[in-house]
Amino acid sequence: MDYHINAPVSKEDAQKLKAGDYVYLTGTIYTARDAAHKRMKETLDKNENLPFNIKGNVIYYMGPSPAREGRPIGSAGPTTASRMDRYTPQLLDLGLGAMIGKGKRSKEVIESIVKNQSVYFAAVGGAGALLSKCILSSEVIAYEDLGTEAIRCLEIKEFPVIVVIDSKGNNLYESAPAQFREE
Amino acid sequence: MIRTIRAEEITKNIKEMCIEANHILSKDMEEVFLQSAEKEKSALGKQILCQLKENLDIAREDMIPICQDTGMAVIFLKIGQDLHIEGSSLADAVNQGVKEGYIEGYLRKSVVEPIERINTKDNTPAVIHYEIVPGDQIDITVAPKGFGSENMSRIFMLKPADGLEGVKESILTAVRDAGPNACPPMVVGVGIGGTFEKCAQMAKHALTRDLNEKPSIPYVRALEEEMLEKINKLGIGPGGLGGTVTVLAVNIETYPTHIAGLPVAINICCHVNRHAHRII
Ligand code: SF4
Repeated sequence: MDYHINAPVSKEDAQKLKAGDYVYLTGTIYTARDAAHKRMKETLDKNENLPFNIKGNVIYYMGPSPAREGRPIGSAGPTTASRMDRYTPQLLDLGLGAMIGKGKRSKEVIESIVKNQSVYFAAVGGAGALLSKCILSSEVIAYEDLGTEAIRCLEIKEFPVIVVIDSKGNNLYESAPAQFREE
Repeated sequence: MIRTIRAEEITKNIKEMCIEANHILSKDMEEVFLQSAEKEKSALGKQILCQLKENLDIAREDMIPICQDTGMAVIFLKIGQDLHIEGSSLADAVNQGVKEGYIEGYLRKSVVEPIERINTKDNTPAVIHYEIVPGDQIDITVAPKGFGSENMSRIFMLKPADGLEGVKESILTAVRDAGPNACPPMVVGVGIGGTFEKCAQMAKHALTRDLNEKPSIPYVRALEEEMLEKINKLGIGPGGLGGTVTVLAVNIETYPTHIAGLPVAINICCHVNRHAHRII
């Protein structure tokens, strides 16, 4: 199925999506990768507030290349999600709505996605120029000193993603290759 | 006769090559992309390959890097023994070129101190491989390497008794484990033989080979063809979302090794297999 849905992602939307669905996302999302996740964890450990309200919001694992003059952002494709796995269940428990990245997730993350009725999307890895065309604006909202790893708030329009792990725990990375395997 | 060139000339070329490599894939890579889209049996896989082709066009026309991970700059230098470089040290000249290319070319600065993780802010230092060869020219290859795929690379110190079958199994293991993380379709560089570091370096160098050139040793050529076929039967597919195009090319280099060993290195690269080449 193809869907056009809004970000932040509502629970109803997250629950209706199935692994393999093609989704065009429009709205507001936040970027965070390795260093920003480490900082967010430290913030939570100190009982302080995260730099943005995580409830229902979407984190995009991405660190862009610098923007040329007159453009909102440079190349902007997904980075490998598994490096964030150790931080993710805690964020899901706090209400993280969905994630966009590429690559496999740990068993703990998949269980937490099911428990919290969230969803993991993949964007096409290595299509950063193409994906940047769906980003209307980008603003650093926290951890500016981290450079490309700072947290950015992005306005996106019809940003193409594929549901890889749905709220029932179906995993397209397992099911789809199996159909084409000839070992 | 000794020929003399200025270090600044090397800097200028490296700078341009860093920018070029990150925006334009070599012709042979583009060709293999087009062929692969025709071969892909999965509808979603075909769609992804078409998006990747479109991504290459946008990158070239709008000067947006093909991928936001503009890599760590890996540089192969073949220096003619009759060439004299005047001015700064060669390593400084190369790093200056990387710095200027990454800053002026709007490329991402992804290089950090390994433990303290402090960013060097200009993507230096580069990883430079030097080779001294006959002649009075310098042959430069700039190969920016992304780490989604670099992280999935492997080295196996096999036993001689493991033989060719062991080599095949090692390559399949590395690719299977890499799966969607390495942004398939991949290009796989393999080094067989030498020592621990030699086979790793061959695996990296193999990624820079023009895909239209085939190895001269018959068994290496056959192995490349067999591995291409076997990997594409793993089903991983474009984006790791299932399909018959998992790998675009398998490039293998070999070197004699010790009677007690059989080192095999597999350097995984994504479809953004970048390399710019010039001879000065
Ligand atoms: S593995 Fe390659 S295509 Fe994927 S994000 Fe890294 S550099 Fe880009």
